[in-house]
Amino acid sequence: MAFISVFDVIGPNMVGPSSSHTAGAASIALLAKKMIGEDIARVKFTLYGSFAKTYRGHGTDRALVGGMLGFETDDIRIRDSFGIAKEKGLVFEFVCSNNDEDVHPNTVDMEIVSVSGRYLVVRGESLGGGKVRLTRINGVKVHFTGEYHALIIMQRDYPGVVAGITSVLSNYNVNIAYLRVFREEKGGLAYTIVESDEEITELAVSEIKKNTAIKDIMLVKRG
Amino acid sequence: MDFNSSSELIALCDKGMSITQVMIAREVTMGETDSETVIKRMKKALNIMRESAHIPLDKVLPSKGGLIGGEAEKLNRHLLSGKSICDGVLAKALIYSQAVPEVNASMGVIVAAPTAGSAGVVPAVLLALEEEFELREETLLDGLFAAGAVGYLLMKHASVSGAQAGCQAEVGSASAMAAAAAVIMMGGTIEQAFDAASIALSNLLGLVCDPIAGLVEAPCQSRNAIGAANAITSAEMALSGIKAVVPFEEMSAAMLRVGVKLPGELRETALGGCAVTPTGCAHNCRIFGGNS
Repeated sequence: MAFISVFDVIGPNMVGPSSSHTAGAASIALLAKKMIGEDIARVKFTLYGSFAKTYRGHGTDRALVGGMLGFETDDIRIRDSFGIAKEKGLVFEFVCSNNDEDVHPNTVDMEIVSVSGRYLVVRGESLGGGKVRLTRINGVKVHFTGEYHALIIMQRDYPGVVAGITSVLSNYNVNIAYLRVFREEKGGLAYTIVESDEEITELAVSEIKKNTAIKDIMLVKRG
Repeated sequence: MDFNSSSELIALCDKGMSITQVMIAREVTMGETDSETVIKRMKKALNIMRESAHIPLDKVLPSKGGLIGGEAEKLNRHLLSGKSICDGVLAKALIYSQAVPEVNASMGVIVAAPTAGSAGVVPAVLLALEEEFELREETLLDGLFAAGAVGYLLMKHASVSGAQAGCQAEVGSASAMAAAAAVIMMGGTIEQAFDAASIALSNLLGLVCDPIAGLVEAPCQSRNAIGAANAITSAEMALSGIKAVVPFEEMSAAMLRVGVKLPGELRETALGGCAVTPTGCAHNCRIFGGNS
């Protein structure tokens, strides 16, 4: 079992009312916003299970929009996130899915377009107590929690790509805590998620990007 | 540095460390941080607790579902009128235990301790003791670290999730945490703190999670009051020298066993208990429309 911090017990500090339905929702959206790395222009949220049934009463909707605006779980602006989104020109919509099969009860799909036109589809799950994980990126099944500094590397599934990544990181003195590769099919689109205790620099990212099999890299700093 | 049970923690403290020192050392060695940051974060949590326990005392906050609001102000007015039938610590703890859930239900900022639904219990006991006994901030932080130690063990070996093990895992755990905190803050021993925690857990064993309309409002809010009162009762007993008949670890295991045996209807699904009373159902229809 992962380390249980005293701040997992006395915490999280959060806008109420629910650690799973409010704080968790805000964390999922904030993680997606960090992945895309810039302001969001449009987002469509598709809610599943308990999220779909109780989102209004738990402020899940305001928390999700708040996360997209970059608000942390204890940022009181979450309460007014709809108004703030309007001011900033962030367009959002909510859709409730009746299809609850094979999804965690607190699941949301987020279809995001950034101000510069970057497009990202992410699925997030709220696991209780404010803990969350992302389970899909652009349709590929992944596992990502944002608990470490991370690189999410989108690449062709091709020999030597991962070796290239680790050698650059080693040159930059980054100690890899976890490295996992997720792919749709052999030779298709794959995601390498590297998690590290240390912050990873833009310089290392641009070095890794030199490999032509790599299509995109998202640098996600730990909160 | 880590511990896996109350006896391991007691053994560490027998070597001369306080619970606070053990808990900070744990964060530093396993949580990749330094002791200053840990203390700073705990002070921040204490400040949020203090604020959320006071905001609704003279201002009624609207909750999302409209089931609660104004309870802290009523209790406060009642105490000020001199008609309270409770003594100082209990009367104040009741007020704060209602204030925090009210802030929570209005989308204000709270500290989940261990959960949002039970967030009123720990601050209620700590702040009531602080006022009545003029305790220092350092003592309150010792209380929070003691509460954290108990909560960590419950999170690791039992459950603090209503969906998994009912309200006994949320308000019950919070009550055990607050009971231990009260003992430590009032100069009791670590053994007494775990006695208090065990007594608190045993008193709320079997408590179901049955939120009306699935919202963290009722009966959650008033159960925070019973969690706080139970913590004060249990701490008083332990401080007097009464020992828990069943040790903390066994009681924690019993709580989990009872919890997983609760039917799904009574574990945060809003399909049993208060939620399915005619009044509970009527509130559900009003809030979510007739189809749920």
